[in-house]
This record gives sequence, structure tokens and C-alpha cells, in this order.
Amino acid sequence: MNRPDGRRFDELRDIEAKAGIIKRADGSASFKIGDTIAYAAVYGPRNLYPKFLQNPEKGVLRCSYNMMPFSGSGERIRPGSSRRSKEISLVTQKALLPAINLNEFPNSVIDIFIEFPQTDAGSRCAGICAVSIALAEAGIPMKELVAAVAVGLVNGEVAVDLSKEEEDLGGAVDIPIAVTTRSGKISLLQMDGMIKAEDIKKGVALGKKACQKIFEIQKKALKEKYNTQ
Amino acid sequence: MSLLIKDKDIVVPGEELAKGIEYSSGYGTYKDKEGIVASKLGLVNIRDKEISLVPLSGRYMPQRDDVIIGQIEDISFSGWRVDTGSAYSAMLSVRDATSEYINKGADLTRFYDLGDYIVTKILNVTSQKLIDLTMKGPGLRKLVGGRIIEVNAHKVPRIIGKAGSMVSLIKENTNCKITVGQNGLIWIDGSPADELVAVNTIRKIEREAHISGLTDKIKAYLEECCKKNE
Repeated sequence: MNRPDGRRFDELRDIEAKAGIIKRADGSASFKIGDTIAYAAVYGPRNLYPKFLQNPEKGVLRCSYNMMPFSGSGERIRPGSSRRSKEISLVTQKALLPAINLNEFPNSVIDIFIEFPQTDAGSRCAGICAVSIALAEAGIPMKELVAAVAVGLVNGEVAVDLSKEEEDLGGAVDIPIAVTTRSGKISLLQMDGMIKAEDIKKGVALGKKACQKIFEIQKKALKEKYNTQ
Repeated sequence: MSLLIKDKDIVVPGEELAKGIEYSSGYGTYKDKEGIVASKLGLVNIRDKEISLVPLSGRYMPQRDDVIIGQIEDISFSGWRVDTGSAYSAMLSVRDATSEYINKGADLTRFYDLGDYIVTKILNVTSQKLIDLTMKGPGLRKLVGGRIIEVNAHKVPRIIGKAGSMVSLIKENTNCKITVGQNGLIWIDGSPADELVAVNTIRKIEREAHISGLTDKIKAYLEECCKKNE
């Protein structure tokens, strides 16, 4: 069985990444994977108010995930926060925290905004990849970058980077994974659907490999910004 | 036991810089089991077996003895609160602001009013980033007239140049008075046309800060601008 768009089962969609696209932000990046486009902007470290949110031991990381009203496939998405966007904001924050060193910024905040003008599955993963580039560009001390990709079942086979078309097939499983690119630890793992235990293991291994490919693309995006001699 | 990058390379967080224990890790890097790894986006700087990074971006982090340009943000009984252009504001106490005798409850706006810009030095920074300032020192003063522009704090060393060479080049060519704060705020005072040339030059330096041979490029640029103005 093949995939609907003719990709191999370990093949990612086409990726384009760019650093430094939003002038007024301290760091920013775009990450396009297939038809999913993520823009990430990082502001800070900056003042944090109200004061009770401050942490005197280390800085606070705030994430906001937002799909634009026209970004989905068909139906208009109601603007503003929803149960889903709140959850994804939270898991994005948790996926990034292990890689970031916030001890240098007590009582302050780093704000992250992720916007999606167009989505076609895998948006939380695209968002994490974009933010990771943006954080590095903002000069935040990080142990490593974070890369993320979804794995799952397509027609009963383990595959990486599902598109919306594949996700909507019967019996599809969707497992977004975020991996810290140097230590190879998993900082995000969610699952939607029914899958056998050995297939999860296979999928995670595939996902880790794919994340290394994404890391190379993130690296290139950051270096390109400064190679303009 | 080997170096994986060259001097002046651009590296990203999580990129391995050297294997083994031959090199020691400096600013912007850390050591793990296998070797030395970058923790910031920056230019590699290798000196005497120590690998450190020169960061290319990021906000200003207040440091002791930095001379910065700050804006008065609030006035209290005992002094002024100053915006430093970073995540943390600083305190300038009356004692450190002037050697004049000031009565208790006197009107402090007589010295510095809300919104005034001052050139000031950082006396101390605590672990919780509480910052004390002083106005006692050469060149520390209130700024009157001119204009303030903001650049990335990490580009300030290039704007100043070696022993102030770059900034004096701009001063000579534009007849502007210029003060550069370590926090990336720059004060420029001159005729409007001259100020514009100075601003454009500084913006050019900011854009091309990581490119070598910058001084000659800026010299040529300034000469060209001055020709146009005449």
C-alpha cells in the first residue's frame, strides 16, 4: 500500500524554514511543512505583570498557539482561544522547557506567539519547530534545539508526517513527537487513535530520525540569516 | 579530541563544537559527556584552548560597570527608577545622583524629570537583577536635545569599534555629538541632515556587524554620503 501523495513512509513533506522574518520581535521564524505554515515570534525576556506571576528563581515561558480564521480546510475557525488551542499552547511550552535555560532571567517573561495562516495537519509540530528557531534567534540560552514531527498509521503502515488527507483516512493514528535534537529525549508525545505497542515503538524510532533531518533544516535557516557577505 | 568548527564560524544551540577534553568551555557554551556544545546562536571565538561565543542577537542583560542610556520612568522619595532597555528597571538613589545637599522631601524633578534620558553607570547588579545606578563619573549626565535611536545591544562593540575608532569616524564625518550606551541606546546631536547620515551609518553597521573589514566599508560609505550633502 502506498501513501496518497506518493511519499515513502519515512519521507517528510517539503520543508522551508526561515529565521528573522518579523522585524519588531526579538526572534522570529517561519516553518512551512507541506501545506502547513507556522509563524513564530519571541519577545523578551521582558517585564512580567501582574507581579504574582513572577518567579524569583527563573524566568517564565508563555506560549500562545493560534490558528487564523481562514487557515483550516473549509470551515471558518472561530477566532480567539479554544479548548484545543489552550491545550496546544500548554504542550508546546512543555515541549520547549527542557531545552531552555531560564535561570538567567528571574522575575521576567519570554513570550511566544505562534500563528498559522494555513494548516494541513501537523500544526503543533510545525509550531514547535518554528519556535525553536525563533528562540535561538532571540538569543535565549538553550541546551539544544527542539524538533517535532507527527508519526502515525496510514493504511495500517507506520509513517511520518501525516497530511490532513492521510489523517482523515479510516483507522489512521496520529502521534505528535517532539525530540530534543542533541540528547535525543522526547519532550512531547501525544496519541490519537488505536495502535499496537510495537507500532508505537517503530513510529517513535522513525520520528526521532525525521527530527534529525528537521534539525539540519533549522540549523541551515539560522545560519543563512547571517551568511549575507 | 578534536575541533569540529573553525574560528568565526556561526553556530546554533545544540551544535557540537569540540570533542574530548582538550578545549575548555567559555561564554555561550557548555560541556556534556562528549564535548563542548553551543548554547546560543553566535560567532565562535577560540583563544588559548578556550572556546566561547560572541552572541549575534538577544536583549541587553545589565552588567556591572556598563555605561548605559536610561530613561526616567518613575520618581520616589529616595531617587529615580530608570528604564534600562532590558527586562529589569534600575534604581538611581539621590545619594548616587548628585553631591549636592538635598532636603528631605525636596522636589526631585528639579534634577531629572519623568521621560528624561540620562547617561549613567551601573554600580551593581544582584542575582535577582536589582540594579543600582550612579551619576558620579566622567561623561555621566542628563541628555538635552538630539535624538535617541535603539540598536541591538550585541552590536554596540562594533559601533564603538576598537578603542572607539568607529564611533569617532562617524563623529568626525558628520559633526555630530554621539554617545553610545552599552544597552543599545544611542544619542545623536547635530544638524538634522548630519543626524540622518549618522543614523543611517549606525543602521548599516548594525546590519553588517558580523562582516569583517567593516571599518573600510563604513569609511567609504560616509565619504559618499558627505559628498552628496555638499
